[in-house]
Amino acid sequence: MTAFNEQSRQQVCDIVEEMKNLPGAMLPILHAIQDAQGYIHADAVSIIADGLAQSRAEVHGVISFYHHFRTTPPGKHTIQVCRAEACQSMGSRQLEAHVKEKLGIGFHQTSADQQVSLEPVYCLGNCACAPSIQVNDDVVGRVTASKFDQLVDQLSTQALEVK
Amino acid sequence: MVKVYIPRDTTALAMGAERLATEMAVEAKNRGADIEVVRNSSRGMFWLEPLVEVETANGRVAYGPVEAKDIDSLFDADFINGGLSHPLCQGLTEEIPYLKKQQRLTFARAGITDPVSLEDYQAHDGFKGLKKALEMSGQAIVDEVKNSGLRGRGGAAFPTGIKWQTVHDAVAPGDAAQKYIVCNADEGDSGTFADRMVMEADPFMLIEGMTIAGLAVGATQGYIYLRSEYPIAHQILNEALAKAEAANLLGENIQGSGKTFHLEVRLGAGAYICGEETSLLESLEGKRGLVRAKPPLPAIVGLFGQPTIVNNVLSLAAVPYILAEGAKAYADYGMGRSLGTLPFQLAGNIKRGGLVELAFGLTLRELLEDFGGGTFSGRPMRAVQVGGPLGAYLPESQWDTPLDYESFAAVSAVLGHGGVVVFDDTVDMSQQARFAMEFCVVESCGKCTPCRIGSTRGVEVIDRIVNDENREDNLELLNDLCDTMIDGSLCAMGGMTPFPVKSVINHFPEDLHKPVTEDMAS
Ligand SMILES: Cc1cc2nc3c(=O)[nH]c(=O)nc-3n(C[C@H](O)[C@H](O)[C@H](O)COP(=O)(O)O)c2cc1C
Ligand code: SF4
Ligand code: FES
Ligand code: FES
Repeated sequence: MTAFNEQSRQQVCDIVEEMKNLPGAMLPILHAIQDAQGYIHADAVSIIADGLAQSRAEVHGVISFYHHFRTTPPGKHTIQVCRAEACQSMGSRQLEAHVKEKLGIGFHQTSADQQVSLEPVYCLGNCACAPSIQVNDDVVGRVTASKFDQLVDQLSTQALEVK
Repeated sequence: MVKVYIPRDTTALAMGAERLATEMAVEAKNRGADIEVVRNSSRGMFWLEPLVEVETANGRVAYGPVEAKDIDSLFDADFINGGLSHPLCQGLTEEIPYLKKQQRLTFARAGITDPVSLEDYQAHDGFKGLKKALEMSGQAIVDEVKNSGLRGRGGAAFPTGIKWQTVHDAVAPGDAAQKYIVCNADEGDSGTFADRMVMEADPFMLIEGMTIAGLAVGATQGYIYLRSEYPIAHQILNEALAKAEAANLLGENIQGSGKTFHLEVRLGAGAYICGEETSLLESLEGKRGLVRAKPPLPAIVGLFGQPTIVNNVLSLAAVPYILAEGAKAYADYGMGRSLGTLPFQLAGNIKRGGLVELAFGLTLRELLEDFGGGTFSGRPMRAVQVGGPLGAYLPESQWDTPLDYESFAAVSAVLGHGGVVVFDDTVDMSQQARFAMEFCVVESCGKCTPCRIGSTRGVEVIDRIVNDENREDNLELLNDLCDTMIDGSLCAMGGMTPFPVKSVINHFPEDLHKPVTEDMAS
């Protein structure tokens, strides 16, 4: 993820300008920025605050309230592990421990090589085929330790191929 | 041309449906087989996903669960002509007992139609309810919903018709006089996916239900507040909204009636509390999702201070049927004060997980055994959590409780949104009690102390009980803490978190009294 340069600033300004007149514009704006840039940079906060005529503290308060929004750049891939009950009943606690060990990071952390960010999630709606994780945009069901290892290996080969 | 159906439902995709659909098309081409792959949605028999169906003269024949590696053998077994010899063949879909034994009103079209085909929707009774509603007065629509006995399916089971009456009668204040219809699609409860299935399998039904609600109370703007964890539903809803608008089933002057209804999807951002209706409204307004004190009710002072209907997806999705077939047709299902059907969702450690829509009145055991077929692991079932993370864990002695709101309330349990999560005998119930408190720590909006601080204390106290530090004193403390949370919380987040905890104390006390072992102390 690149730094917050002139181009990112312009992108944030454009998003705010385009959406600021929507009723309840805050969340749509935050989503649009995070979708485009992966996270919400501190410098974006003042642009949003100006656009919506709110204080920076108010904008920050909203960002920090919602688990989905992040203020630091994510890794190249994001893996979410479901921690809710239906997945627990199918061994997600053990899976979670395995995932952390395999990736060498805990929740809300990004691997040192910036490849993977790990996040908890509370239900992906795939509770009939638990345990569930989400790898980037894709939900995966009936995840075992070995299935997880395969998925991670695929991610690293893909990363090599794109380079 | 033979139609082959491969769902684009989240669970089907999570089990490999996308790759299957791609490779199926390639292999058909290689073999010169003339097939059309239709991306339907799920029938809700999730243990069979990806479920592939083939259209034959006798109806659709089902194969599942199908993996990409099965494609060759399926063609060899002549599945495109409904060949019955393949080991994955389940026979005619409609004859599969799990589906055949259901009473599908809300999910009548699920998996049958292409979710974003207006033609399909209309060919299967779609927009019949709206057509009637366009010729009725608002009051007459409200009366129809009242007479159906429909109660909110989001958890609190409040009579939908009465809520609509309040909004109907309310006078929108100010120059910008405006009423709103808000669909609660936050579906945060673990073990639930019925809302998701409605949106992925039959989005036009939700659009139709919300439009009827708008006509009933004189609201011209609606929002679907969708959890951000449902990207597939988001995509399908947006496709359906665009088509409905293009066909003038939504927007200005609907079908030349002079009536207007606009509808938009808004995404949540990963906060369970935003499923609570007032927190949801704050969030829609662009704020932190802090729960509002009630009164005033959202029906009177709702979104942007205007009269607002907030209803769950399933409540709104039941409305087209009620209008099309009449209140009585709906009320004929069910028992006592629990009328109509409830979509139960079988999840967790269960052999046949999925969606089961039935009139109220079946027992939990029948649901678990006749439909669910026991645990996935094959081990004995031990505990069943019904109604999401704020619902009680039921021990076997309570499994003969009939599945209706009042019977569940009588055993200090809730049906909630109909989620049923099964645990086998390897479960450690002390950890389930701990998680209930932990979840409240993570998801509390922070407005009141018993919820925000009490849940943190709850985790600590349970840890001490498990580690056998002053066990009896701490158990008493835990009970007191639960009572404080029940009595002193503004909303059901803090007020009901004690339900699962108390159910563990009352029904699974042995798990709070285990000797401490090495690995537990770690
Ligand atoms: C913590 C909490 C979470 C809730 N989550 C949801 C939810 O995800 N979906 C929902 O429809 N209702 C949820 N509710 C219930 C709503 O507050 C409200 O009762 C419901 O949306 C009303 O719609 P209905 O009458 O159609 O059920 C929740 C309530 C609480 C206290
Ligand atoms: S009970 Fe919890 S979630 Fe509900 S208003 Fe109080 S602090 Fe917020
Ligand atoms: S509990 Fe994990 S997907 Fe629902
Ligand atoms: S908003 Fe969560 S504790 Fe303050």
